[in-house]
Amino acid sequence: MDLSSISPELLLASLMVAATPILLAAVGELIVERAGVLNLGVEGMMITGAICGFAVTIESGSPTLGFVAAAAGGAGLSLLFALLTQFALANQVASGLALTLFGLGLSALLGQGYVGLKPPLMADIHIPGLSDIPYLGTVLFTHDPMVYFGLLLVAAVWWFLNRTRGGLVLRAVGENHAAAHALGYKVVRIRVLAIMFGGACAGLGGAYISLIRVPQWTEGMTAGAGWIALALVVFASWKPGRVLLGAYLFGGVTVLQLNLQAAGIAIPVEYLSMSPYLITILVLVIMSADRSRAPGSLGRIFHASG
Amino acid sequence: MLKLEKRPQPSRAFSYLTPIFAVIATMIAGGLLFAALGKDPVLAIRTIFYEPLFGEFAFYYAPQLLVKGGPLILIAVGLSLGFRAGIWNIGAEGQYIIGAICGAAVGLAFYPLDAWYIFPLMVIAGALGGLLWAMIPALLKVKFGTNEILVSLMLVYVAENLLAAMALGPLKNPEGHGFPGSRNLKDYPAAHNDELITGTGMHWGVAAAFIAVILAYILLNRHSLGFSIRLTGEAPRAAKFSGVNPARLILFCLGMSGLTAGLAGLFEVAGPAGQISIDFNTGYGFTAIIVAFLGRLHPVGILLAGLLMALTYIGGEIAQSNMGLPSAAIQAFQGMLLFFLLAVDLLTNYRIRLAAKGAA
Amino acid sequence: MKLTKRTLLTGAATAIGLAASGLATTAMAQDKTKVGFIYVGPVGDGGWTYEHNKGRLAVMEHFGDKVETVYQENVPEGADAERAITQMALQGADLIFTTSFGYMDPTINVAKKFPNVKFEHATGYKTAENVGVYSARFYEGRAVQGTIAGHLTKSNTVGYIGSFPIPEVIRGINSAYIHAKKVNPEVKFKIVWAYTWFDPAKEADAAKVLIEQGADVILQHTDSTAPQAAAQAAGNVYTFGQASDMAEFAPMPRVSSIIDNWAPYYIARTQAVMDGTWASDSTWDGIGPGMVGIGEISDAVPAEVKAEALALKDKIASGEYHPFTGPLKKQDGSDWLAEGEVADDGTLAGMNFYVEGIEGDIPK
Repeated sequence: MDLSSISPELLLASLMVAATPILLAAVGELIVERAGVLNLGVEGMMITGAICGFAVTIESGSPTLGFVAAAAGGAGLSLLFALLTQFALANQVASGLALTLFGLGLSALLGQGYVGLKPPLMADIHIPGLSDIPYLGTVLFTHDPMVYFGLLLVAAVWWFLNRTRGGLVLRAVGENHAAAHALGYKVVRIRVLAIMFGGACAGLGGAYISLIRVPQWTEGMTAGAGWIALALVVFASWKPGRVLLGAYLFGGVTVLQLNLQAAGIAIPVEYLSMSPYLITILVLVIMSADRSRAPGSLGRIFHASG
Repeated sequence: MLKLEKRPQPSRAFSYLTPIFAVIATMIAGGLLFAALGKDPVLAIRTIFYEPLFGEFAFYYAPQLLVKGGPLILIAVGLSLGFRAGIWNIGAEGQYIIGAICGAAVGLAFYPLDAWYIFPLMVIAGALGGLLWAMIPALLKVKFGTNEILVSLMLVYVAENLLAAMALGPLKNPEGHGFPGSRNLKDYPAAHNDELITGTGMHWGVAAAFIAVILAYILLNRHSLGFSIRLTGEAPRAAKFSGVNPARLILFCLGMSGLTAGLAGLFEVAGPAGQISIDFNTGYGFTAIIVAFLGRLHPVGILLAGLLMALTYIGGEIAQSNMGLPSAAIQAFQGMLLFFLLAVDLLTNYRIRLAAKGAA
Repeated sequence: MKLTKRTLLTGAATAIGLAASGLATTAMAQDKTKVGFIYVGPVGDGGWTYEHNKGRLAVMEHFGDKVETVYQENVPEGADAERAITQMALQGADLIFTTSFGYMDPTINVAKKFPNVKFEHATGYKTAENVGVYSARFYEGRAVQGTIAGHLTKSNTVGYIGSFPIPEVIRGINSAYIHAKKVNPEVKFKIVWAYTWFDPAKEADAAKVLIEQGADVILQHTDSTAPQAAAQAAGNVYTFGQASDMAEFAPMPRVSSIIDNWAPYYIARTQAVMDGTWASDSTWDGIGPGMVGIGEISDAVPAEVKAEALALKDKIASGEYHPFTGPLKKQDGSDWLAEGEVADDGTLAGMNFYVEGIEGDIPK
């Protein structure tokens, strides 16, 4: 056993990378749920984003274009969900599960010609000066652009929800769609936009896996990250700042257990792997003292009968 | 401009007709997909829908529909009770796993004893395992008001990790040369959930599914508890006034769905699957949610939906190996079928009217 | 053809309820040999299933229109596998390869119902009259890798990504360690278990962790190229391809690879079925017969190291040398193999201990 071989700053740095895909997807889903919609299709949208981003990057040679395509792909798939739940008034839980099934199949079909290829890489940004700061420099300032983008997105979503009128309206729709409708807000339109935003973010998260973290395309490569993102939103009790914290916790548990193993410490991996979920349940129980936090209309079908 | 108007009563005619619309729409869209992949669309559709039922090997595939559909129906019937009352257990996959682990553990504990009571004990253990796992979200909801959708979903991941730990640890086959996975219960007659009549696919799990359909039908239509469930789902406030105890209803509905999921897990591990392995669960618990909705939360509807779902699985497998269709195409095809089935449900509950612009 | 088959089968089916014996007659009448493959992953996984599918394509190419192949991918282990195998047998397959350990019991069960169809199960240990098993001595390739790794490491730390703690993987770790240690007595192995065969993100994490903890050579027993990419990003880290060549990462970080080459075996067994000479056996082939291939050793490896590695490969291929040759002790210090003694296949097949010098415990 040799704990000294674990370098805390490298651990923190790789934790930031490990957390980014689920962070991106979770921030998107947070907006969706804040608008009162539960989309369980995150995994399907992530994997669709992963292949769209990968394919466009290969064809165009530009990872940036790839990420744009990934966002478009994820948003496009989420439109199907929006059609079903907002216009055809179908049940959200079932629609989301169907979306995941469809997305996994579709992505595999799209990706048939892309197995075994290596995409052009996105260079890390070493911010001059900052990345040389001992300790903090390594942890914070030696990453690829998407890591910073994820952080910015969290800040932007926080600002949007808490400091803008649009955020207020979105929350109102999520809390009580009937009342929001009575006030004259376009509930369906707002929700469709929220769903598309969620899809775009999930797509980005997926593309982060296929373009930066791995980087390659293989069927089913998101391997459940979408489900973790869903858990993360709940863990965060629908607050953007806590999504960040949660993403580091969820990503951190994996990185930490691998680190402990490499340091020669025998740990029961399966039991450690379940801990984030148990913690999430605990958070839910603690939160329940303040019940207003879960969006009031989450998962309910809205139909303007007036 | 089109306008939706909620029907006072779901339309009976449409509830029978819409699934047929959906299947036809899927055949067209799916046919296009298969054609785009360079396969004969008519042959592909025929292989998926016709081959398992009436093809040359139907004698084998038709019983397999029961094997594949049985657990889906059993779990979906349990889930539908809660769904009707607005209680959302989406963690059936976890309850299914725990049921299988508990049941298999009891069976393996007796190995190699041969006694008549082993299998019944396993059934009880499986049911209890699923029930207790579902009681976690139920009690947390009753006590603290936590959201059962989220708690039950989280518990799926916990169960999956537990399954891996069991397959690699306590339940590992001591004669398995170090490979993960338990003993195969098929080789242990006292614990084996064999076909009741050879060649029919009927094992105890399928029988349990049929019994569950009948019991659920009676409960919902003839029993006051069924009335409470329906009332709570349709008019929660009225239900409260009429003296329905919400806490008891939550415990009952989640408990029942956990119990059926646990049973399904036990029958599967002791029967078709045979052993506890790392990948023992193949998503029955999640697919059953879709089946419950496709069946419109009605026991008979669920029975049909479960069989339809099984048909696309088995037909899809045949299309894969006979026509070289990738499994991804089948997955996408199933996704389409679900989309269409969910979308057309609109016609059952709503009337589409042409309305003057601005009226909405 | 199709028509006769149908009539025959329907007749058989109605007569006895099961078409097993009916099929035998039709199989004889067929002019094409039908070979089926059951895959655990998608053919596009770039690793395990991808290589088996390459074997299938090789069979098609070798026999041309004398053979027809069918496959089914993403088949879950358990009940679904049993159905998929049965289905292929019903559809007239003469020979079926089931390519994952978890298909062992389903294969045996189906084989009982179709005595005239031949079955080949990969990596298992249960055989029957019409069921053979085959696997590859990947540990032979690990010996070559270990030699190269021992020479290349400057930090004297080799990282090893294991999938699950099963004999197959433990055997590989031991073999690599023994040979790394031979050329570099200072070498240490850091082992992490990913608890997955295939999860690119997790494998990338595992590789990064090992690199951060000082490993400058990474060996992997999981199937994705994610660790290769992680090593490339880190710079001066060497890796080896697993299951497939992963040549897209050559010459650095990938300096060599172990390739699963199933094609010669699949062709030979198909030929045996055609000739009517097929008999059940347990095949465990290594570098010699070509089931385990050593991918091109790249120029990033010094010439003398490359020569030494190739010499070892040749000695193993010719049977002159066995990677598990005594004196060897187990991790706890107890004797395992005496001077010159060679490990027997039984012990190797069920290997559940580390050899002396490896630190850490095998997870229970």
